[in-house]
Amino acid sequence: MTGYTYTVFIILIPLVMFLVTGLLGMKWKPIVSGILGTIGMGTSWILSLITAGSYFFGQHAGGFQTIIPFELKWLQFTDTLIIKLGILLDPISVMMLVVITTISFMVHLYSIGYMHGETGFARFFSFLSLFTFSMLGLVIATNIFQMYIFWELVGVSSFLLIGFYYQKPSAVAASKKAFIVTRFADLGFLIGILILSFVTGTFDFGKLTEPGTAIFGSAASMSFMGISAMTWAMTLIFIGGAGKSAMFPLHIWLPDAMEGPTPVSALIHAATMVVAGVFLVARMFPVIHFQAPATQEIIAYVGGFTSLFAAVIAITQYDIKRVLAFSTLSQLGYMMLALGVSGYGGEEGLGYMASMFHLFTHAMFKALLFLGAGSIIHAVHSNNMYDMGGLRKYLPITHITFLIACLTIAGVPFLSAFFSKDEILVAALHHNKLLFAVEFIVAGLTAFYMFRLYFCVFWGKDRHYHHTPHESPLVMTIPLMFLAVASVFAGYLPFTELVTSDKMGFESGMDYMVAVPSVLIGLFGIAMAWMLYKKESEVPAKLAKGWGILYTATYHKFYFDEIYLFVTRKIIFNYISRPIAWFDRHVIDAFMVGIGLVTEKASYQIKGMQSGQLQHYAFAFVAGTLALALSMIYFMM
Amino acid sequence: MIQGIPLEHFLIVSTIMFFIGVCGFIIRRNLITMLMAIELILNSVNINFVVFNRYLYPDQLQGQFFSLFIVGIAAAEASVAIALIINIYRNMKNIEVENVNEMKF
Repeated sequence: MTGYTYTVFIILIPLVMFLVTGLLGMKWKPIVSGILGTIGMGTSWILSLITAGSYFFGQHAGGFQTIIPFELKWLQFTDTLIIKLGILLDPISVMMLVVITTISFMVHLYSIGYMHGETGFARFFSFLSLFTFSMLGLVIATNIFQMYIFWELVGVSSFLLIGFYYQKPSAVAASKKAFIVTRFADLGFLIGILILSFVTGTFDFGKLTEPGTAIFGSAASMSFMGISAMTWAMTLIFIGGAGKSAMFPLHIWLPDAMEGPTPVSALIHAATMVVAGVFLVARMFPVIHFQAPATQEIIAYVGGFTSLFAAVIAITQYDIKRVLAFSTLSQLGYMMLALGVSGYGGEEGLGYMASMFHLFTHAMFKALLFLGAGSIIHAVHSNNMYDMGGLRKYLPITHITFLIACLTIAGVPFLSAFFSKDEILVAALHHNKLLFAVEFIVAGLTAFYMFRLYFCVFWGKDRHYHHTPHESPLVMTIPLMFLAVASVFAGYLPFTELVTSDKMGFESGMDYMVAVPSVLIGLFGIAMAWMLYKKESEVPAKLAKGWGILYTATYHKFYFDEIYLFVTRKIIFNYISRPIAWFDRHVIDAFMVGIGLVTEKASYQIKGMQSGQLQHYAFAFVAGTLALALSMIYFMM
Repeated sequence: MIQGIPLEHFLIVSTIMFFIGVCGFIIRRNLITMLMAIELILNSVNINFVVFNRYLYPDQLQGQFFSLFIVGIAAAEASVAIALIINIYRNMKNIEVENVNEMKF
């Protein structure tokens, strides 16, 4: 099964585009960089579609094969410690290739319009290419170390993109926050990798995820603090994934990261970077499921809690990008939860399939939502949804596509998320009633906050706009229309056949016991939003006042930023950083300064010996020689 | 010509010449005199070369050739040194070595 060697170009093209637009972008008109980047990305996209087509619809009797069309030894330290770079094709990585290149291509195209006239246009496109390259490298990694390398590259390139407006202090702070939080989580990931490879003696996914493999034989006996080594390893790796996917305790960076340009939010924070964590868990799924069931429980509960937590916060936010950011958190929670409740193989692996399915559909509709939000912001020059209203007249295409996306995320029947969300709910119901209840409520909340946003922005009274809002240019609306079509029809892809935990297809029908109530609660959420926000009224404000302290707490995101600030500023800075700084300044620095001082003083003392008198030198020389000669004679005798 | 004179006598002479040269170099203040002292040192070495050659390897001539080289180099050195001394004299109006002490801390 070779013939996939061309997949190398899928990831090489963005790398080349990054170098070309990054190094030569200054010499051209900015638009050239944009067009070059877009064409390159388009080529990658087409190659990915070809790959997916031949992979999924080619010969796959008896399950999908894992194909490694390309692999090279990158670093060889010892006979067993080898770090390879390569390309691994299996259902999830091929699916991710399609997701990433599709979204990235749409974002490239859209950015030509959105970023038009901005300073740093070429820089923006080179960063976009770098980001896409690292994300693609992450999903096609053949071993966990390669994944870690690209994982960090994703972190760096997202830092660059979030901090794109580097003259804006808030953007700089947000990019630092994103980088530090994810970096902190990556520490867990790295330790997890080290434990895992220590136990198993390999980095390769092929060996790790093979069911019934014997490499965990030695793991059973190892434990630390009463918890087995594999549970530690998997939990630490999950912490890395939770950092990138902004799961509950590490979610604080995602809302702030909305400081980046809107296409970046669409690319990074909706469709690609944040699903890296979900992808990681899916990649390690057989290991987690068989070797560390406790970790899988943790994943399920963290996912469930995050989805509820974020959905509640999303209701009170007024910055449209932040609403979408919290909505992303909530949907990511869904995916994590689905992985957490999944079994392995056949029908049991429903959760796994549902998670990947939802990842796919979510990428489409969330990218659409963000790009739509970008189109709105482009038209009214504000992020605040109370500055908007009645926009449906001015932005017809944006309005229709945004509505489609809202309907999709709300789980309205026959749109894509209806299918994927339903599968997740079914998987949760079979596993854990509590988590099912949580997700059921979140489904209603999701519909409510999305339509709150929708009605506030597109209905209601006109505001005082600086100039009449106008529809975005075609280069921005084409991606919107494409993604709208994808959002509607992505649900009809036969995911149960294609992307499953054991790579074998299985049959699955709708479970109407779950589907009907979840549609009803979605419609109920929409109806609530319609009553409260369709017309301007005092009701929402009164409601907010009625909830009082609870509303305020939610509005401030339950003060998590403040808690983190308190912990870092007041505790870590005062009690850890300051003593360390003192030690550095007064002990380490002082030692170095001391060496310098001693040398200086000593040389002041002896500098008189260099008198400039030739005969002094000659005398010293002769005396020394004589002394040497005499001592030689004395000791030799 | 030198039959009957023991080797030690030559060595005593050359040692005395060497130390006279060293003392002259360290003690005398006049640059010309110092140059002469250096010549004394070189010539004491020459005596050693010739004498050892003559007494130890009478069939060979390396030592004597060495002393010829040393004489040649001493001549070149003297010419350079005197050129320097003339320049020092033009600048300082004397050739006392104590005055040439610019190169210090």
